[in-house]
Amino acid sequence: MTPGPEATESAVRDALDAHEARADALLEILHQVQDTLGHIPREAVPPLARALNRSRAEIQGVIGFYHDFRQEPAGATVIHLCRAEACQAMGAGALERHACERLGIGLHETTPDGRFTLEPVYCLGNCACTPSVRIGDTVYARVTPERFDALIDPYLDPGEEPA
Amino acid sequence: MIRVFVPRDTTAAALGADAVAAAILGEAARCGLAIELVRNGSRGACWLEPLVEVDDGHGRRAFGPVSVDDVPDLFVAGFPGRCDHPLALGDPAEIPWLARQHRLTFARAGLADPVSLDDYQALGGLAGLRKALVMEPQAIVDAVKASGLRGRGGAAFPTGIKWQTVHDTPAEQKYIACNADEGDSGTFADRLLMEADPYQLIEGMAIAGLAVGATQGFIYLRSEYPRARDTLEQAIAHAGRTGVLGDDILGSGRAFHLELRLGANAYICGEETSMLESLEGKRGLVRFKPPLPAIEGLHGQPTVINNVLSLAAASSILADGPEAYAALGSGRSKGTLTVQLGGNVKRGGLVELPFGTPLRTALEDYGGGTASGRPLRAVQVGGPLGTYLPEALWDTPLDYEAFAEVGGMLGHGGVVLFDDTVDMGHMARFAMEFCAVESCGKCTPCRVGSVRGMEVIDRLRAGDDREGALALLEELCETMEDGSLCAMGGLTPKPVRSALEHFPEDFC
Repeated sequence: MTPGPEATESAVRDALDAHEARADALLEILHQVQDTLGHIPREAVPPLARALNRSRAEIQGVIGFYHDFRQEPAGATVIHLCRAEACQAMGAGALERHACERLGIGLHETTPDGRFTLEPVYCLGNCACTPSVRIGDTVYARVTPERFDALIDPYLDPGEEPA
Repeated sequence: MIRVFVPRDTTAAALGADAVAAAILGEAARCGLAIELVRNGSRGACWLEPLVEVDDGHGRRAFGPVSVDDVPDLFVAGFPGRCDHPLALGDPAEIPWLARQHRLTFARAGLADPVSLDDYQALGGLAGLRKALVMEPQAIVDAVKASGLRGRGGAAFPTGIKWQTVHDTPAEQKYIACNADEGDSGTFADRLLMEADPYQLIEGMAIAGLAVGATQGFIYLRSEYPRARDTLEQAIAHAGRTGVLGDDILGSGRAFHLELRLGANAYICGEETSMLESLEGKRGLVRFKPPLPAIEGLHGQPTVINNVLSLAAASSILADGPEAYAALGSGRSKGTLTVQLGGNVKRGGLVELPFGTPLRTALEDYGGGTASGRPLRAVQVGGPLGTYLPEALWDTPLDYEAFAEVGGMLGHGGVVLFDDTVDMGHMARFAMEFCAVESCGKCTPCRVGSVRGMEVIDRLRAGDDREGALALLEELCETMEDGSLCAMGGLTPKPVRSALEHFPEDFC
C-alpha cells in the first residue's frame, strides 16, 4: 500500500526529530522511515535532503546503496534466505529453488497477491545450524524445504495456496 | 529458588529456545513449582542448543538439546530437580567440548543474564576499567602493546600500535569506532559476544577511550543481527544509567559516551573506511589510505577502529595483566583465537583455543566431522574471501603466519566445512558472484572484474576454450589483486584460485 503524502511527511518529520536531524544519522533516519511506512517513498527524499543539508542525489544514493532500503512496497511478509557459504554447505541452494517454486517468484520479487517478498541475505550469523532463514526479526535454523512450508503456513489462509 | 537458564541467543532461539522457555514456565506453573527463569547468553555450543541449565544452589546442571516436546517428559523425570534423563549432560562446565577450550574472551559467555550489570561484576567484570581509570593513558596503551593483541577483525594489525597512533595525534575530538559489521559467512563470534557478554565490549571501548583520549564511541552493528541489537541497546542504556558510561565514568570525572548505529545490509561496510563513510551517513564507499583512520578517521578526526573481539579483549588484558594474555599462543600470534565452526559440521559452534592449535583439532576433535556423515572434502577458513583448503592442509596450525604460508588467512576465525557433495567450481563462481553483489563499485577490477569472473568460470566449466579461459581467469585474478583498493576485490581471487588449485576436477 502506498502511504499518502501526509503519512510520508509525518514519518519523515518524526524520524528527523528522533535523530535531531543529524546528517551522520542518515541510515538510522532511513531505517525509521522504512519501519514506519514499509518502504521509503520517493516523496520522502526532498524533505530529507532539505533538513539534512544534503543533495537529493546524495540521499537517493544512500537509499540505493544499501540492500535494506526499498523504495517500493514489499509484501506483507518479507522472507530472507541466506545464500552464504555455510548455508550452501547444508543445502541452501535446494532450499532457495524450493522457496522460489513454492511462492512462484524469484529473489527480490513479491507475490502478485502482495503476501510474500523473497530477499537474499548473505549471513545471519547462525552458521553452525544451517540453512538459515529470517522472517521479520526471527531467524530459523536448519530449514529444510518441508520446514520452509511449515514456516510460511501461518501466513496463508487455511487451505489456500500462494498465488 | 531454583534458577532455570534458557539462552536468548539468536541460534538458540532459531532452534526454538523462546518456545522452550515458555513451555518450562507453563509446566512449572502447572506442577506448582516456583522457579526463576533466566534468559542467559549462549556458551557457544550451538550443537547443544537450546541448552537448558538448572542452578539449585549446589552447582549447575545442563540439558540439551531441548525441544518443546521434551519439556513435559523432563518434568516427569524430575526436572528441574536432580534427575536422570537422556538429555541430561551433567555440569555444563565439564562437558568435554567446553571444558577442553581455553576461554578468555568468552569465559563469561552463557553464565548469566547478559544485561545484568550485577552479574557482570560478580563474574569479574569492570576490573579492567577500574584499573584503567587510575592509569596514565600511555600505560594503558603500553599494556595492550605488551599483550601482543592483534586485530581480530581479520587483518591482524597490532592493536597497541593503532592505539598509540591515535594517542599521539592531537585533536579536539577523537573517536572509538567498533566494527560490529560481522559479515563474513561462517562467523558469529562477535554476535555471540554481544548477545552473551555485551558489557565486556562496552568496558573495552571505555578503556580504549581512556587510552587514546576519546570521549565518544560508536558501535556499528549490522542490521542482520536484531537480537544483538536488542541486547546492546539494553546494556548501553543500563551502563549509562549506572555511570559506567557518561560524563563521569564510575565517579572518576572522566567521560565516555557510546552510541549504537545500525548498518543497512552491505558487506562492504565491514571494511573500516567504508564503515566510517556509513557512520557519517553516506554510501559505504571505500576510502583511499593514507590518510590512516588513526590520524584522519571519523569526521576527519583520529579514530580507533577495532573489531568487537579486539576491544573486548582489552578488558581482560587490563584486568589480568598483559603477561597472562601474551603467555598464550604461538609465535607472533598471541592470546586465543575464537574458531567458529559452521556449515556441514556435526558439532558446530564457538571454540576458543590458544593460537597454534592445528586446524584438524578444531575440525575433528571439536567439530566431529560433517553433519551429513559423509566425508569432509573442503574447508573454507577466514570467510568468503578465504582460501578453500583440501585435506592435505588441515594440519596447518591456526596462527596468522602459518596460514599465510600455505596461501590462506585466518581472518575472523570462521571455518566452514563442506562434505563430498560440494561442487567447488560452483563455490568459485559464487565467490565472484558475491563480490559482484557486494562490491562498493569504486574500483573497476572489483566491480566489473567480478562479473567477468563469473562469465569466465562459466565458460571454463562448459569446456569452452579451456586453455584460453584459464589464462584469462588467471589474468583477471591478478588484476583484481593488484588493482583493488580494499580486501573485497583484492582477496576474492583467494577462494577462486584455491578451489581451482586444489579441486581442479570440479572445473571440467
